[in-house]
Amino acid sequence: MTGTFRTNGKPSITGVGSEMRSYYGRPIVKEPTWTWEIPTYFFTGGLAGASSVLSAAARLSGNEKLARTALYVGTAAELVSPALLISDLGRPERFHHMLRVVKPTSPMNVGSWVLLISGGASTTASLCQLLNRFRPLRTTASAVAALSGPPLATYTGVLVADTAVPVWHEGRHELPWIFGASAAASAGAAASMFVHPRDAGPARRVAVAGVLTEGALMQAMELRLGTVGEVYHQGQAGKLSWAAKGLAVAGSALLATRARKSRAAAVAGGALVCAGELCLRWAVFKAGKQSARDPKYVVESQRRRVERNGTKATTKPG
Amino acid sequence: MSAPDGLATYGDEQQERVGFFTDTSVCIGCKACEVACKEWNLIPEDGRVWTGDSYDNTGELSANTWRHVAFIEQDKPIYGNGDGGTGLRWLMESDVCKHCTHAACLDVCPTGSLFRTEYGTVVVQQDICNGCGYCVPACPFGVLDKRHLAPAPDLPAFAKEDGRVWKCTLCYDRLKGGHEPACAKACPTKSIQFGPLDELRERADARLAKLDADGWNGAQLYGRDPDDGVGGFGAFFLLLDDPEVYGLPPDPVVTTRDLPEMWKNMLVAAGTLLAGVTALTLLGGRR
Repeated sequence: MTGTFRTNGKPSITGVGSEMRSYYGRPIVKEPTWTWEIPTYFFTGGLAGASSVLSAAARLSGNEKLARTALYVGTAAELVSPALLISDLGRPERFHHMLRVVKPTSPMNVGSWVLLISGGASTTASLCQLLNRFRPLRTTASAVAALSGPPLATYTGVLVADTAVPVWHEGRHELPWIFGASAAASAGAAASMFVHPRDAGPARRVAVAGVLTEGALMQAMELRLGTVGEVYHQGQAGKLSWAAKGLAVAGSALLATRARKSRAAAVAGGALVCAGELCLRWAVFKAGKQSARDPKYVVESQRRRVERNGTKATTKPG
Repeated sequence: MSAPDGLATYGDEQQERVGFFTDTSVCIGCKACEVACKEWNLIPEDGRVWTGDSYDNTGELSANTWRHVAFIEQDKPIYGNGDGGTGLRWLMESDVCKHCTHAACLDVCPTGSLFRTEYGTVVVQQDICNGCGYCVPACPFGVLDKRHLAPAPDLPAFAKEDGRVWKCTLCYDRLKGGHEPACAKACPTKSIQFGPLDELRERADARLAKLDADGWNGAQLYGRDPDDGVGGFGAFFLLLDDPEVYGLPPDPVVTTRDLPEMWKNMLVAAGTLLAGVTALTLLGGRR
């Protein structure tokens, strides 16, 4: 081992007399170790889950073209998802250990099962569709995919909220809803890109409704979060939040207007909304990392709770 | 008094719950605990870093540090009510995994790699952990982390890094052999005390009363009460200032306490997604 001395890149604040309310500004909770695959999966998982619903609903309404496209989009996203998740593991060859137990206290375990079921169902339905055979099997499989799709699209909100990361745990009421709305927006947008405008009305409506709902929910979450919500306006999370809003609003405006007639506008609008939804997942991801990095968010939210309810964590004399 | 989650499943094999009482008022900052822990548990070297933060060149608990001695230099007197800059004190605290009664890391672990031992402690099974990293942000104390160093011999040849999560085992192997954990064994001042948790709590109460009677400034127990947000720590502390001064959360809560409510909320959101997309598709035209 080399004996290189490194400093941690900040001035020492050990000077006697300084009243420190943190330990040299070091984080209290550990930043998530997850890398780029995880926020990307939040997007693909959402796209997959909501596309399955869109496909089944389109089939119910007799819109075969939309049903088929949404099914294929969903299956593609379902197949990419496990690859992303496995790639993020520290020990990828042990990915199947996720399925050695059934554990409701672990959103990641529950999510692995949901992904297995919805991915299997969606892939089966797509194969039947491609072969144009086994119609009863296709119907059953797409029904299973449509029912497991919404949990797939929303459990990731619970996954991040079920941590000690302040901006995630405090946002637990809104996150599954935001992820659900974002999933709907991306599924509608993706289908709008690949279906002729004359058959893509429902997809465009779903995309626009998703974008509007998610925008309102993000505002509601920031209001509730108070101080810690400021991370959504700072650093990379801030930039990504703005990008998410801008792209999704521009894209849904196109989808709501020109895309009704123009294929090119539909492709552009759909792509913009999808890019916006990807940015949204990244914004949430980066906000979590940023809030874990600064001990003040942990201390401030817990101190507020202590002022309100007292605490049993410390026992003072007397 | 709440029993540790999962302990009852051991039946006849269940042992008395053991833990640590770390009394920081007698810690001299010798770091014998850090060294003993590294030696006994074969924890790899993770680089030499000069932090400039008092005598602390370790920094924090991590995959490769399971005991960490914190050093805080304060312009506060040891005795008295703490007002005014009439003295200097040097706080030292040997931090460790808290072995929570309700442990978030154990709850969220998707593989069952993290488990409750028959002694009531929390341990990672290294042959099961697949390095998903979920326990890392779930722990309210930031104890667990992924090891990025070279792979261990039991891992496949293609592995570039260890990739698994590591933390204090409360020397599970030593407990099995009837020994106390390495850090407690090495501690020269009995700042780290090992024993049955009930006994440690009584000892801590007596110590707190003594320090209070002697007029020590800021003495408080941390994690002693079984009714706190994690059901009490298996490894608790006597501190001489508020927890955040030592880099500890002032009111830690096990995140899974809110999970039933979160699942219900998610199901409503999922149902709304299903109904919303279906309605928007069925109602309204095809164009």
